[in-house]
Order: sequence, then structure tokens, then C-alpha cells
Amino acid sequence: MRSRDLGFRLSIGAFAAALLLIVTAIGFELARQSWLSIQRFGFDFWRTSTWDPVAGEFGALPFIWGTLYSSILALAIATPVALGIAVFVSELCPPVLRAPLIFLTELLAAIPSIVYGLWGIFVLVPFVRLLETWTPESMRALPLFSGPPLGVGMLAAGLVLAVMVVPFTSSVAREVLKTVPMTQREAAYALGATRFEAIRAAMFYARTGIIGAIMLGFGRALGETMAVTMVIGNNPQVSLSLFAPQYTMSAVVANEFTEATDALYLSALVEIGLVLFIITLLVNGLSRGLIWTMARQVPSKVAA
Amino acid sequence: MNSLGTVAPRKILSALFVAACALSVALALVPLAFIMFFVVSQGIQSLNLDFFLHDPRPVGEPGGGMRNAIVGTLMLTGLAAAIAVPIGVVSGIYLSEYRGTRFASAVRFAADTLNGVPSIVIGVFAYGVAVLPFKHFSMLAGGLALGIMMIPLIARTTEELLLLVPNALREGALALGATRAKAVMTVLVPAALPGIITGVVLALARVAGETAPLLFTSFGNPFFSTSLTQPVSSITVQVFSYAISPYEDWHRQAWAGALVLVSIVLICSVAARMATARVARIRGGQ
Repeated sequence: MRSRDLGFRLSIGAFAAALLLIVTAIGFELARQSWLSIQRFGFDFWRTSTWDPVAGEFGALPFIWGTLYSSILALAIATPVALGIAVFVSELCPPVLRAPLIFLTELLAAIPSIVYGLWGIFVLVPFVRLLETWTPESMRALPLFSGPPLGVGMLAAGLVLAVMVVPFTSSVAREVLKTVPMTQREAAYALGATRFEAIRAAMFYARTGIIGAIMLGFGRALGETMAVTMVIGNNPQVSLSLFAPQYTMSAVVANEFTEATDALYLSALVEIGLVLFIITLLVNGLSRGLIWTMARQVPSKVAA
Repeated sequence: MNSLGTVAPRKILSALFVAACALSVALALVPLAFIMFFVVSQGIQSLNLDFFLHDPRPVGEPGGGMRNAIVGTLMLTGLAAAIAVPIGVVSGIYLSEYRGTRFASAVRFAADTLNGVPSIVIGVFAYGVAVLPFKHFSMLAGGLALGIMMIPLIARTTEELLLLVPNALREGALALGATRAKAVMTVLVPAALPGIITGVVLALARVAGETAPLLFTSFGNPFFSTSLTQPVSSITVQVFSYAISPYEDWHRQAWAGALVLVSIVLICSVAARMATARVARIRGGQ
């Protein structure tokens, strides 16, 4: 290598190193800021449910619960739809429709979170309230549907999140399906398979990547802030009920960060941010690993 | 499944599956249509010239607009671009030029990681490094938060687009005795430039719609401000505070703000699509 080329490589490498630096700095800074809270509460922070800034007591269990509950609910709603779209666009639809459909689903991903939130408050929440008042009394006895019909709450949050997650999962799943060799489907058809059976075979072949796509959607749902904050009701409680107003990790940081008057309060909020950072890091890392494994085992084009 | 008698149920199942897939497309397009319908129909009522030319009025006084927030968003995204474009584009060049190296893999991993970090967490980080030390919310802190979000987006698109440039161009430049730097700067980057610009525009559109990282960095400001060291309003944060307020008039303004945001996103994505389609056509014609 010529020395001038080495100089070039080193200088642009310095810029690239900035990316590594930023990620490390985020982890370091969050850990530093939350040190006070980590020292004071230790692991109890994640096991207790009292969130009382005035008394200086901080337990983050309701937030973890709300984040996991809303994300899993969103995933349960979004995954079948997202996979259906991916299959329809990549396997079933007429070629003329393909580009417009891809554009429209991508538009769903491009709409700002705050717009989803605004729509959630003024359109979705009244609709959910209506649904809740229509719920028959016999169902209301179940813990899943208990509580007054407020509109704001877990159900509204799950629905908004589901709409927001669909485009992510479906676009990755579509890319993954594209990497399945045509011969897989041809072989299935040659054996007399119906369309469903051939596609099922292709999806089974692509299962690693599809699980990766679902997890990527999960990662998105975990960190989503504004839309959820605006419709979930912001009430820290651990409840199974879909109708109950609850709270998530990102929502509590968004709502209370500027109100945190003392160092311990602020530190507790940063610790929630730190854990959110670590969880999304793991979920995203795992999902990328799966998609990557899938892309590598396929001899043809590389996806994702 | 192996006797002739079961053929019909299998076909029915298959048809049901196809129908279910088509239905899921419809299920996703319904909320899109609903959101678009409400944003346009509600937003258009309050969107007038005053919205762009006036600052917010106190509660109870009708009229007023979001001039301060619109200028704030423009300056914040400009600042973000000033931070992210150099780092993002140059990192992208590194990723494509030295793609096989271990360092490139690490950087690529960092970019994808950063891309997945929730925006609120980036806001907390920017608060820690750019607000806390100065004890002051500022436009700079907000621009930093948005800039950090843009870097991985730009780096990855730049990398992808440089990889699309035909290898013959690179080899030609090197064969003529160009250094690596010269080949990159005078041949490869210009060839990929339209795509890179498209990527930057899309990244700008994406961060222009961000709220969470601005809540406690640029904070918000009811007054017009262009100072880098002062808190500044942005369309998104303004929409948020109006949306959760109890005032009818502010709700209308929030819808108008949402319409502006959605228009920005829409115009950018359509423009980007047209630009990439043009590039593809030119490439195809070669």
C-alpha cells in the first residue's frame, strides 16, 4: 500500500471511528448519570412499584411492565399483518401493484411519531372508548377487560404501536423472502403443492430471517415514545387489563425528565433510559444476527 | 393430504391464505388512509398564511401561528445536517472502500446499533453532554441530538450507493495512476452523488419529524429565537404541547402543524423516489 493511500485510509477512518465513539459514549454517559440511582436502589429499582419523587422512592417495575406489555401486544397484532403484506407483495401481487404498495407501506413508516400521537388522541382514543363501552358486561368481569372505559390505556397504545411496527417488520420480511431461492418454490410446485404450501415451504426456509424481522419490529416498539405517551394514559400500575391506563419506560422519561428537580430523580430517569438502551441493543443485535445468518446461508443475493 | 379426496380442502385453504394476505394489505392501508384523511381535513382548516408568518398568541387570543417553530425546525435540522453530513458521508466512504476489514464491520455494527437506539435515549444522552454542563437548554443541544440520529442513516446509504457504482470506473481511475483518494473523490463520489443527496434529504425529513430527542435539549420557546445557545421551538414539540393542552384553538393549530410535517415527509419521499427512478433510468440507458 502506498503511503498516501495509508494517509487517506487513516483520515477517513477517523471519521468512521466517530460512530464507534458515539455508541460507546452513549452507554458511558448514561451509566455515569444513573450511577446515583444504581447505587441507592440496586436491583430493587426493577422489582418495586412505588414511584414517589417527593419521598425519593423510585421503583420502575410498572414502566418495564408497560413497555413489555404494549410492545408484545403490538407485536401480536402487527406480526400476522406484516407477514401477510410481505407475502402478498413479494409472492402474490401483480407486478404493477408491487412498487405502489411498497411505497405506501413505507409511507406508514415515514409518518412522524407525533402525528400518530395526535391522531391517537383525537381519533383512535374516542374510537377505543366506544369499543370499551360496547364490551359486554360478562367480558368485563375478566381481568383482561376490567376497569372503566377511558379510551386511553393499553389497548390504544398497542394499536398505535402495531400500526407503526407493521412497515418495519414487513419490509425486512419481504427482503428475507426475496433471498429464498426460486428453486425452493419450484420444487414445491413440482411436487403438486398449492400456493399456500409452496409459500409455507419458502417461509419455513426463511424462518431465521423472519424471526429476525419480527424482533426488529419488537425493538422499534420498545423504544417508541411520543405516540405511546399520548395515548397510554401515563399511570404507573401493573395491570393485566387492556383498558387500564398504564405507563412505559420511554413515556416516563419524556414526561418527567424536565420536571426532575433533584439529582436522584434525574438519575432514576436516566437509569430507565440506560436499561432501555441496553434492551434495544440486545434485541436489535440479536435480530440483525438472525437476518445476517439467513442472508449468509443463502448462496444468492444478500439481503438486509 | 395424499388421497384425491383431500384436494379440494387444500385448494380452499390455499385460497383462504391468499385472501388473508390481501386482507392484511388492506388492514395496513386503512390506518394510513385514516391518518391522511384526518391530518389533511383537520389541518387544512387552520393552515393559512398567518400560520407561517405569526408567532403563537397567548391563550384566548385567536389567531397566531408557528413561525417560531417552523424557523426552529429549519435551523435544528440544518444544524443536524452540518454535524451529520461530513461524518456520515465520510464514514460511508470508509465502509464501502474498506468493506472487508474488521474495523469496517465494527463501524457498520455501530451504525446499525445507533440506528436502533430509541430517539428518547439519544435525547437523554444529548442532555447529559450538551445541556447539563451549561445548565441551559439550547438549540445546539437539539441539533446535536438530531445530528447523532442522522449519522448512521447517511453512512449506510452512502455505503450502499458507492457499492452500486460499477467497479470498472474505480479500476479505470486506479489504472490511470490515481491514488485511492483521487479515485474516490473525483470518480466514485461524483458518480454516486445524486443518490447520496437523496439519502441526506430522506434523513433530514426523518429527523424533522422527531419530537422525543428535542423535549429536553432544544426544549421549546413561545417566542421567536434564532440563537444557538437559547432554547428554541420546533414544529414537533409545539404540536405535542398543543395536542395535550385543553384549548380548542391550540388543537386546531396542532393539526395544522401535523399537516406541515406530513407534507414535508411526503414531498421528500416522492422527490427521492423520482430522483432514484431517474438515476436508474440513466444507468439503464448506458
